[in-house]
Amino acid sequence: MLGEGIVKGLAETARNFLGSFIEKDRLVTVQYPEERLPVVEAARMFPFLIYDGVDQEEGLRCVACQICEKECPPQCIHIEKSKDKKPDFIGKQQFYPAVFDIDVSVCMSCQICVEVCPFDAIRMDNEFELSTDDRFAGLLWPKEKLAMPNEHYLAIHPTEATEVEARRAEEKAQAEAKKASQPAAVAK
Amino acid sequence: MQPSDQVFVLLKHWLVGRSPAVMQPGVSILLTIVPILLIFPVLFAVTTVLERKGLGRIQNRYGPNRVGPYGILQPLADGLKSLTKEDIVPSSADRTVHFLAPLVLLAVAFLPYAVLPMGRNMVAVNLDSGVLFFFAIGAISELSVFMAGWSSRNKYSLLGAMRAVAQMISYEVPLLLSSIAVIMAAGSLSTVEIVEKQSGFSGIFPHWYVLTPWGFAGFILFMIAATAETNRSPFDLPEGESEIIAGYYIEYSGFKFALFFLGEYLGMFAISGLGITLFLGGWSAPLPFLTWVPSWIWFFGKLLGLIIGFIWVRGTLPRLRMDQLMNFAWKFMLPMALVVVVSAGAWRFLPQGVTRWLVSMVFIAAAYVLLARGVETRNKIAKRTYRFAE
Amino acid sequence: MSAPFIILAAVTLVGACAAMLLRGLVHCALALAVAFAGIGALYLNLGAQFLGLAQLLVYVGAIAVLIVFVVLLTRGGDSDSPPLSPAPRQFTGILVAGAIFAILAWAIFHSFAIHTPGMPAPQATIRQLGAALMESYALPLEVIGLMLTAALIGAVIVAMKEKQGTQ
Repeated sequence: MLGEGIVKGLAETARNFLGSFIEKDRLVTVQYPEERLPVVEAARMFPFLIYDGVDQEEGLRCVACQICEKECPPQCIHIEKSKDKKPDFIGKQQFYPAVFDIDVSVCMSCQICVEVCPFDAIRMDNEFELSTDDRFAGLLWPKEKLAMPNEHYLAIHPTEATEVEARRAEEKAQAEAKKASQPAAVAK
Repeated sequence: MQPSDQVFVLLKHWLVGRSPAVMQPGVSILLTIVPILLIFPVLFAVTTVLERKGLGRIQNRYGPNRVGPYGILQPLADGLKSLTKEDIVPSSADRTVHFLAPLVLLAVAFLPYAVLPMGRNMVAVNLDSGVLFFFAIGAISELSVFMAGWSSRNKYSLLGAMRAVAQMISYEVPLLLSSIAVIMAAGSLSTVEIVEKQSGFSGIFPHWYVLTPWGFAGFILFMIAATAETNRSPFDLPEGESEIIAGYYIEYSGFKFALFFLGEYLGMFAISGLGITLFLGGWSAPLPFLTWVPSWIWFFGKLLGLIIGFIWVRGTLPRLRMDQLMNFAWKFMLPMALVVVVSAGAWRFLPQGVTRWLVSMVFIAAAYVLLARGVETRNKIAKRTYRFAE
Repeated sequence: MSAPFIILAAVTLVGACAAMLLRGLVHCALALAVAFAGIGALYLNLGAQFLGLAQLLVYVGAIAVLIVFVVLLTRGGDSDSPPLSPAPRQFTGILVAGAIFAILAWAIFHSFAIHTPGMPAPQATIRQLGAALMESYALPLEVIGLMLTAALIGAVIVAMKEKQGTQ
């Protein structure tokens, strides 16, 4: 019969309309600023620089090798190498970045900088509320703003971070063992 | 007659009486027009929130709930936004016509309210031919839609305008024919008289035309045609966001777009008002013991009811295809409306009692069954032939 | 001559002149719609409600839209056609227009209504109009209805033939 389907459809929409007032779990919308879903561990938004210890300048893992700068597809990373050197976590003398800027508005969250970094110095943050009212200075993040403690990394990407930690501990142990054995060899 | 029923009429008389004699005609006209110009845009604002929240709930969403408590100030934000937006006119557009189109549409959208009785003694102009006036003015709105579509110099907007005009012309026929049934029964073209004819009661049932078999069918046909006339879903082909982006107002931005929107909703309210006047007894109460409620409350209550109906239908039905639209208009609506006219004639001349109920019902039911079968079986999809595309 | 009459007459005349003089065909059609609406308003101003509203409904709502549609479908809407008529044709046009005006003026000046000043203007209500159409003029009405139906069917047949031919 003509019109039967329309009546059925109207009943269905009415059921949904009334149901949304009675059953709260029908409403799947997350009221964003007040409510938020837990962030997925693999979520990535924008890179940050990891530093060990408490001092930002001292513990920064980055050695200003500029691989990420070269690999970055949209060319949003700008690095200037330092003139002097400082020891890294295994005591080796390394350069450090005098300037390290990333342009938020250009970055495309591809994570290539993370993939290529041989020093585990750059990782992706899951912070996504990056809006600002200053579209020039506010969107060009300097080294000071990019640097985050290693604890932050452990907090947001625990699985990946513990792996990295283990590897770094092993490297450090190897380096120390080498250092310990070298003087012995010389003595021989 | 309670004073609460006539409160606005008495207020107007009092204000007119207080003004100096020279200005009295002017004041009287002003006091008639200004409320209409204020109330219906406010109703438009309320309706946009209702519609967005209602559609949201139908789709299991919240709808707008940020501006003000429960989002009721949303239209204010929308209005401010459209006011501050840049007004863009395409460089190849016909500037004059492009500018005039929304103004014509809005003027035409406001005019029909002149003949709608919104309460007892509450009508701007009691024209002898009120219903005819309504349709005559409505006919002009087609021209404004065409102006908007043509002057934008955009293929989509032209397509939208063509669709709109074709649709409005097609659905005007059943709209007029279903109103003719009421005009025949009431014996008058005056909206005031039509409402007065329906304001009596027999037992507890009001004399509304919708409570007769032909009136019920006529009302359904009228509302379907009204939905098509006002380009609302499921007849929103002229706008068809997913097909032709926004149809004839694709090239309008800022406040001109808001004016179009306002015009469209005003048209919807006006045609709902006419439907109420013709079929739902205008301002008369539905039950005899409810006559103490002021008449204007009944009118606006019924109007709100029909608006909610429009929103409900919009949330339910998908958009029609062009050929379905035309088939439905000419192969179902038109013959059905003619049967309604005949049935109303039979009702008028048969003696009161069970016979005329039966005759009228049989007429309508038989026509419905036969025509519905025609509409349902004729949906074979033929191979498409292109005439101009070679 | 009252102020409303003068305003409405001016609107009608301006609309009519614009319909003749404008370049774009769609502009002409829209100007024609203005002229039609002006005439309808004049009828209303004279107290002929039914006539005025029918004028609006039929001429503005249907005829103007039809013209506009035809202009669009024949792609005449955006062609920059050369000036419409060479001089000889203009002369004929003026002659024809003058002749029609003269005939109409003659008819009006010789009508009995204008020579009997005391006669009140006939006030035809819609009810009277309807009764006249349905009673004394029932036959002409039916004949016109039949002719219009025939024309409608004819138009449909013409349209169908073309479709079959190109298949």
